[in-house]
Amino acid sequence: MGARDQHGTGAPWGDEFRAVGKSLRKIEGLSKATGEAVYADDIMLPGMLHAKLLRSPHAHARIVSIDTSKALALEGVHAIITGADLPICYGVIPWTKDENALAVDKVRFIGDEVAAVAAIDEDTANAAVRLIEVEYEVLHSYFDPNESLVRHEPAIHPGNKHGNISKRVELEFGDLESAFASADVVMEEDFVFHGSTHAAIEPHCAVARASADGLVTLWSSTQITHYVQREVSRVLGLPQSRLRVIQPTLGGAFGGKSDPFSLEFVVAKLALITGRPVKMLWTREEVFYAHRGRHPMQMRYKTGIKKDGHLTGVEATITIDGGSYSSFGLVTTYYSGQLLTGPYDFPNYRFDSTRVFTNKPPCGPKRGHGSVQPRFAFEIQLDELSEAIGMDPIEVRRVNDIGENTKTVNGQRVTSNGFGRCLDEVERASEWKTRRGKLPLGTGLGVAGSMYISGTNYPIYPNDMPQAGIQLKVDRSGLVTAFTGGNDIGQGSSSVVRTILCEELGLDPLDVRVVAADTDLCPVDLGAYSSRVTFMVGNATIDACRKLRKQIVEAVAAKWEVDAKRVYLGSGEVFDTEQRETKITTREAFEIAEAFHDTLGSTGAYNTPTLGGDYRGGSIGASPAYSFTAHVVEVDVDVETGMIDLKNVWVAHDCGRALNPMLVAGQMEGSAYMGIVEAVFEDHKVNRFGLHSGPSLLDYPLATALDTPELHALIVESIDPEGPYGAKEAGEGPLHPALPALSNAIYDAVGIRLRELPFTPGRVLTALRAKAALDKETKGASC
Amino acid sequence: MLRLPQFTLERPTTIEEAIQLVADANGRGRFLAGGTDLIPNLKHEFIEADVVVALGGIEALRGIEVTAEGGLSIGPLTSLVDIAESADVQRIAPALAQAVGTIAGPQHRQMGTIGGNVMLDTRCQWINQSHFWRSSLGFCLKKDGSACHVVEGGKRCVAAASNDSAPALATLAATLDFQKAPTEYGNGKRTLAFDELFKADGAWNKKVSADELLTRIHIPATPVGHKGGYAKLRMRGSIDFPLLGVAARLDVDGEGVIEHADIVVIALQARPLRVRKASALLVGAKLGAASYDDALAAVMVAAYEQCHPLPNIPGDHEWRQEMVPIYVKRALAAAIA
Repeated sequence: MGARDQHGTGAPWGDEFRAVGKSLRKIEGLSKATGEAVYADDIMLPGMLHAKLLRSPHAHARIVSIDTSKALALEGVHAIITGADLPICYGVIPWTKDENALAVDKVRFIGDEVAAVAAIDEDTANAAVRLIEVEYEVLHSYFDPNESLVRHEPAIHPGNKHGNISKRVELEFGDLESAFASADVVMEEDFVFHGSTHAAIEPHCAVARASADGLVTLWSSTQITHYVQREVSRVLGLPQSRLRVIQPTLGGAFGGKSDPFSLEFVVAKLALITGRPVKMLWTREEVFYAHRGRHPMQMRYKTGIKKDGHLTGVEATITIDGGSYSSFGLVTTYYSGQLLTGPYDFPNYRFDSTRVFTNKPPCGPKRGHGSVQPRFAFEIQLDELSEAIGMDPIEVRRVNDIGENTKTVNGQRVTSNGFGRCLDEVERASEWKTRRGKLPLGTGLGVAGSMYISGTNYPIYPNDMPQAGIQLKVDRSGLVTAFTGGNDIGQGSSSVVRTILCEELGLDPLDVRVVAADTDLCPVDLGAYSSRVTFMVGNATIDACRKLRKQIVEAVAAKWEVDAKRVYLGSGEVFDTEQRETKITTREAFEIAEAFHDTLGSTGAYNTPTLGGDYRGGSIGASPAYSFTAHVVEVDVDVETGMIDLKNVWVAHDCGRALNPMLVAGQMEGSAYMGIVEAVFEDHKVNRFGLHSGPSLLDYPLATALDTPELHALIVESIDPEGPYGAKEAGEGPLHPALPALSNAIYDAVGIRLRELPFTPGRVLTALRAKAALDKETKGASC
Repeated sequence: MLRLPQFTLERPTTIEEAIQLVADANGRGRFLAGGTDLIPNLKHEFIEADVVVALGGIEALRGIEVTAEGGLSIGPLTSLVDIAESADVQRIAPALAQAVGTIAGPQHRQMGTIGGNVMLDTRCQWINQSHFWRSSLGFCLKKDGSACHVVEGGKRCVAAASNDSAPALATLAATLDFQKAPTEYGNGKRTLAFDELFKADGAWNKKVSADELLTRIHIPATPVGHKGGYAKLRMRGSIDFPLLGVAARLDVDGEGVIEHADIVVIALQARPLRVRKASALLVGAKLGAASYDDALAAVMVAAYEQCHPLPNIPGDHEWRQEMVPIYVKRALAAAIA
């Protein structure tokens, strides 16, 4: 990490922050509220065609033949393409490119894309899709990941070296045998995490236009413009410089818009073929098929603890159901083990994670990628271990707090750490000490903790270039425009950029524009994933601001004939610190600088330091800073119905420094909501035919306002030494503890341990009955 | 977004025009009230229509009136929110007000009508899906297919009646006026007791045909000691269709002794189910007395034995059966409250 990447943690130009720490309104807030914001589907271009996809009705089949002649003959149809037109495989991870925009030879799940039609309107395109005739040879389908572990013929990906195994990672640190031998209590249990999907409000949409000279513009509802540009240009055989990718206003992503998707390749190809702009908007059903949601995992955890509360070792064996393609699965498999090694210090650790292919919609990254599932299992087991040694579960978590400026068992560097304060906050706010274990039957409190990354130093495709880049333009108008490749997906990344510009240059928010996620205009940034944006884009922005500020101050100092150190710029005015009456506005300072230097501008960048353990995969999950979270959940369980009423979630999250407390609290509340709702309402699954069991927001229910608990955001600021002004992530970490804290609260409420998700009322009742039977038996035995 | 198939939209202002327009469509016409059921079903293509006759302009189909006898006469185009919030409905037919207040979400209750809920199509996890989804299974009994995915080898559709208003109206002994275009055989008008409306076929669970328009809902006066309640099982506090719905009626005398009891359950099979054996156990019991508690326990057991939820709608059907006695108890509690 170069010095350019460290900018200090305090207020830059005075004693106090002026913009940082203020709950400024989001940059796009009003435009979204008024309807002025332009989403991908709002884009209408002259002569635009509409495209639709033919999808596979079979879970696993070989394509024998495709006949498009009848469809092509339909009036209003401009073009039809199939896999033969886009034969190059893509995939976001360079070593696992196993997807085609349209199926080549094989289909791998019900909903897999087979052909695409461009027509004068949506209805014509839909009618044409039904006229395409495909002959399939149906193959054996895999719906159970345990079958994929042992059966490899027919292979879902015939070229794959390991049959139906997508990825296996085994890593061991320390000595598990002696770890368990030295423990007072060892527990070994099975946990099941079901699948869940993102359900962003905006369905995926893409529009492409090809100019007469062969330049292609692609507007897409993506959260990673850069990877879309890389993959689409490669598959289309275009130089990257001739494909411009723009992300319009986005209606949520949560990881579900991280991969390049079929529709982006298809509209670009169809635009090139037809010479007309082409749009494709997916239905909600198609979004469910595209999925890339949270992987179902079957997990076995074995953990040892001493009577004093110290953990001795953890061993995990995990089977991951990947669905039909690789997506980010390599990273998922690593994350399932690598991200468990905080916030608790355990000296011995082993994990063995295996991701398999099945004939289901492909899984991928969802908020808290790969680590929400292990966290679920581990935090429940920790609760059970606490009970076994007779120690308060918050106290056990305190005893094992890894602390700051240390290293995890798998070699990850931990710098700032506010986990202890997070525990204090939830303990205080929930009145834990006076209420837990003492509430009436049916009501309970549960705790859980977690740690998450603020970006990672593993850049998906290895390269030495910056992970975040930003460019500033400033002129005599007084306006400063930032060009950032960072994708604002609603999480507020452009607002963070604006706040930093206001802070560093003393600007009014309305004198700042942020142009984001347009590959023609903005420097490369790796996009919105891994909770990297605030940390990396924030640091890059400070870097660019300080370079620009230096130019301006230098010009003003020359004009005033004073030392540059005497020139203050920062509060909307520029003055001589030793002669306060020498004063101009910021705009006037820009004029002076433009006259002095010629046209002004600056660039900023960020790259992570070298991090991670010295072993294969050691950099995956290695982050320049980790966030920490603790939750206490309060629940009411209806013992007659088994239904769960979510009452309160206290969310304490260490985000380093809250650059905008309102946005941080919003992320904390949204995360906690998303996590706890997954546990109670959601179940992303296929039925016995391999068909999605209900691809709609009626059959896949999300909590309404009535079902949502009170969410209490308790911001903890540990001030990270390397984050922008000390900031870390807040968008994904605060999700993790919600699910295990709920399970632990249910135990406090009614005495049942739920280790399998989702917590359906039927499951709750079954567990209550089993407990009643056991209680009776125990009572009988003691008589 | 799913596309709405093309059709001709008609906007008549009289009942006569409306029924003639549907009659003229030769089986390809549909009445449109609030649209909250019809529009998604058209998008899912298991209902097809060339002509959609919007009823919104027909004033004669609106309104809630208290009759001279003290009953209710309800225009089927009355919005669900107006029914739920009507003081007259709450007083005379409390089970109906409660049931209608649980239908879908606030926006749906604003658009949706009581007539639309009475005439709601049956629901099943295998039918309320897109054309593509259903086509990948080779469709099903209700539309375009020959297999039932709920009951293996089943020959009759078991899609579930899912209208919350139905069990309430059944306990209230409502009658329904229907009208279709006159023919040489008659003026097209008929009145059905609510219980006569339904048949046990999920493909079309009504004894009226699609060209018959519901023109009025009559609810006879209820006695002074009338109590009615509705309990709805659903995962969320709003939006969802019932996983089970129970309407309960108790008419009690001045001493609190139950003279008449009725319990009707919805979301089981194609028609609402009256659990007569169960409700009969309540007659003669006295509210607040031990006799009521004893009767309630027996009623719960009897209802459990009579109701057999199927895996037709989403949700664990074995759990839904376990919920029958609980929701019978809760419906009765809602009536007494």
